[in-house]
Amino acid sequence: MNKDNGINGIKLQYEIIKDDFSRAGEASSNIKKVLRQLGIEDSIIRRTAIVTYEAEMNIVIHSEGGRIKVLINPDQVQIIAEDYGPGIENIELAMQEGYSTAPNRVRELGFGAGMGLPNMKRCSDEFEIQSEKGAATIVTMIIYIKG
Amino acid sequence: MKVKEIKRLLEADCLIGEQYLDEEVDMAFGCDLMSDVLAFTSGRTILLTGLTNPQVIRTAEMLDIRVIVFVRGKKPGKEVLDLAVENNIILLTTKNIMYTACGILYENGLEGVPIRGVE
Repeated sequence: MNKDNGINGIKLQYEIIKDDFSRAGEASSNIKKVLRQLGIEDSIIRRTAIVTYEAEMNIVIHSEGGRIKVLINPDQVQIIAEDYGPGIENIELAMQEGYSTAPNRVRELGFGAGMGLPNMKRCSDEFEIQSEKGAATIVTMIIYIKG
Repeated sequence: MKVKEIKRLLEADCLIGEQYLDEEVDMAFGCDLMSDVLAFTSGRTILLTGLTNPQVIRTAEMLDIRVIVFVRGKKPGKEVLDLAVENNIILLTTKNIMYTACGILYENGLEGVPIRGVE
C-alpha cells in the first residue's frame, strides 16, 4: 500500500493480483479502516467499502491484475479501479444486472452473478467506466461526503 | 432480536464471538450469492449462508454485518475463523437447512431485508 498525505487529501493505492482469491478483499478492508480512522460517516464508509470490494473482486476475477486508487478529501471519496486488460467488449451488456462472464469456480465463491458493476454504479454519486476489447478497463467512482 | 435468541431458536453452536451474543439484529438475509448480499443489505442484518469461504467474511465486513449463521452444520476452516475474530464477527452454525433456519427465524418475528436495501 502507498499512502500520501498531500495538500489536497489522502491518497491510497493498492496492487490487486489476478486470481488471488485468498487475499481478495484485503485492499478494501484496509481502505475501510482508513476511512473509519478519519471519522467519516458510516453510510459513506459503507458505500465506499461496497464499491471498492466489488471493484477488487472484479479485478481478481476478470482481469490480468490491476490497482485500486482512492483519493479522500473533505468533500468526496474518489475511487479509481484500473486493470491491465483484457478489456470489456460490450460495456452496455456488462452494466446489465444478471449479465456475467464469470467462470463456475467464481460462482461457487458466491460471485459472478452479474451484480457487481450495476451495484458499483448504484452506490456511487458519479460513475464512469472506460474499456474496450484488448485494452485496460478503468472504473472511476465518486462518493460525496458533503451534500 | 438478540443473537443469543437466534442461537437458541436454531439450536446453533457459537464458533466465534460468544462474548457478543447480547447484540441485537433487526433483519435477516439468507443467501449463497455474495453479489446479492452486497447489493441488497442494509441495517443490522444477520446473514445465513451455506458458503464457508473467506469471501463470506469479507462481504460481511464491508457491510457491517456482525453475525453469520452457517446452515446445514457447516463449519469454516481456520483461515475463515481467524478472519472473523479479526473483524469481531459472530459465527454460528446450525444443523438446519437454509429453508428451515430462515423459516424458524421469520416465524419468530425476524423479517428479511427490504428488496432495495442500499441507502
